[in-house]
Amino acid sequence: MSPPLTLPPDPADRPFLRLVRSTGFKLAALHAVLIVVSAVALSAFFWWSTAGYLNRQTDLAVRTDVQLLTARWHAGGTEALAPAIEQKLAEDADDEEIYLLTDQVGRVLAGNIEQLSPSSLHEGDWHEGPILRDGQATVGRIYALDLPDGSRLLVGRDVKQRLELRELVGNAVLYGTLLALILAAIGGLLVRRLLQSRLAPVAATATAIGHGDLSHRVPLSGADDDFDHLAETVNAMLDRIGVLMDGVREVSNAIAHDLRTPLARLRGRLEEALEQTDAANLRAAVERGIAELDGIIGVFQALLRIAEIEAGARRSAFAGLDLAALLADAGDLYGAAADERGLVFVVDLPPSLPMVGDRDMLLQAAANLLDNAIKFTPPGGQVRLAAARRGGDIEITVSDSGPGIPAGDRGKVVERFYRAEASRGTPGSGLGLALVQAVAQLHGGTLAFEDAGPGLRATITLPAPEKPLEPEHAYVMAG
Amino acid sequence: MRILLVEDDEDVARFVTKGLRESGHTVDHADQGRDGLFLAASENYDVIVLDRMLPGGMDGLRLLETLRATGAKVPVLFLSALAQVDERVKGLKAGGDDYLTKPFAFTELLARVEALGRRGRSDAPTTRLSVADLEMDLLARSVKRCGKPIELQPREFRLLEFLMRHAGQVVTRTMLLEAVWDYHFDPQTNVIDVHVSRLRQKIDRGFSFPLIHTVRNAGYMLRAEA
Repeated sequence: MSPPLTLPPDPADRPFLRLVRSTGFKLAALHAVLIVVSAVALSAFFWWSTAGYLNRQTDLAVRTDVQLLTARWHAGGTEALAPAIEQKLAEDADDEEIYLLTDQVGRVLAGNIEQLSPSSLHEGDWHEGPILRDGQATVGRIYALDLPDGSRLLVGRDVKQRLELRELVGNAVLYGTLLALILAAIGGLLVRRLLQSRLAPVAATATAIGHGDLSHRVPLSGADDDFDHLAETVNAMLDRIGVLMDGVREVSNAIAHDLRTPLARLRGRLEEALEQTDAANLRAAVERGIAELDGIIGVFQALLRIAEIEAGARRSAFAGLDLAALLADAGDLYGAAADERGLVFVVDLPPSLPMVGDRDMLLQAAANLLDNAIKFTPPGGQVRLAAARRGGDIEITVSDSGPGIPAGDRGKVVERFYRAEASRGTPGSGLGLALVQAVAQLHGGTLAFEDAGPGLRATITLPAPEKPLEPEHAYVMAG
Repeated sequence: MRILLVEDDEDVARFVTKGLRESGHTVDHADQGRDGLFLAASENYDVIVLDRMLPGGMDGLRLLETLRATGAKVPVLFLSALAQVDERVKGLKAGGDDYLTKPFAFTELLARVEALGRRGRSDAPTTRLSVADLEMDLLARSVKRCGKPIELQPREFRLLEFLMRHAGQVVTRTMLLEAVWDYHFDPQTNVIDVHVSRLRQKIDRGFSFPLIHTVRNAGYMLRAEA
């Protein structure tokens, strides 16, 4: 079937081809062929077991007669045979037996039919055709036997009635098959129409979406059948695409805002620099411009990095590592910064936490969480970095005694460019937590925020490796 | 130092060449791969700064692989817009010694180029480092200034060791992060500054002149003169 969006150029000029190619037609044709084949098979069996049975019965009776009469001839010769035939004819209650005994020269010695032309019959032949029995035209099935003394014996049955019956059966089979064929055609057309009526809404939805209207969904028939299941799957996919599209739109808006604003500031700074006549002022203005530009580059690189992580490309840097040692390094790096701000910094790590991951990315995630915690906790507060293995998971928590995030906003903090109202005044791109979330997902884990009462607790939950690993540093970036 | 710059973007090339010359280096410039390989193979350079994507049928990776195949050990710094981790790993695997992504600050490039140039020269293992009255014993892991022992944490020791090995050169914060902490990531805030200022308190406080200097818009430098 052709995809819904690329219809043939002009389907109207070859409607027959279109009909033949349609799945509905193919199904209908298959359906018809199956029905006809089964009708023919049924008829053949019916024929064999009725008309065929009658024929076999006739032939069996004739053969029995032939054996009987041959035995009589052996016992008494032609003289004994003629009365036997007469007796048999007299005893024939069904009035259907046929005999004819002729001598060497073709004279009739006994029997009830006219002489048949000798050339038409050979010894051991079965003959079926019109005969005259007792002067009446009928149809007989006859077996010819030449006796050793030159006389000839014909034994048969009148099959006129049977032939009539056979014709009746034959007609019934023929008309039955024709009727089956017609029913198959009608059934096929119905199947095709049913299929089309169920597929048309899917095609219509796909076409509408292809034209850019993402609000369309495939209507459900309510029958809860295969088509409804397909429609549900398609609708779920469309919902997901819709969410992603919304995300892209939100990000575009956020980029527009978060990059336009610093770009506007940068432009202003440069224009301002242009007006400076004093060298020291000019230098200061350009330096501010460069600082602004570095901020923009930072946002840009963070965005690309998130995109790279979300595409799963970073997985190539995965290697065995000791998360406890890595977090100790993070604690070492940021502990000094926490001290500087007058915070109590607590690190609570087990001796070792082997896992497989990207060490730079994991450090980046821990660094972003620590950076946030240190930035938002007022002096005198506490920041705590901890990690532990819990069942099948490894949990990394960074908690602080800062202002926390209102419950309603906790889902939003991982969105790109989201910045809580309270944090507008502090430096940051609004991408830090989105990056942490992307890193957690890259490692098959999750990022969650809870109220630490007071403060915020961020928890990265990562799946722990099933068997212990030897920690190793797979690659080291040149410094 | 003699430096070869292979870069096809005219503006970047002009800006880098000018900057390196102003810092006292001799710079040759090639704007495509084949010319770059020819120069690299025929002349004797201290450092090569190499772009990844080059016109002329030979990109930076191929150039470097060909050069390394001839046995050349000259330090090479990649300067590339290809910033993904895979690209970085490819560059280092091909024989690159450092990898800097565009856009970059010139001070970062200069600091890295000078660090690479020096690395090429001092191959012999050293057990002692000294700058002015500051002495470091790498075997005993001890530091003295004016003969007075100074207690350092292991991380502070590594930080000071790196600064002493690059004495007289600008060392950027990223270089410190990569060399001392061995991570390649964006620390968001200048956490390195906090560590340097702690080290500075132990090394410089109470002595007649400071050794650790902040270089504006660039990083740090350990040197005797003020």
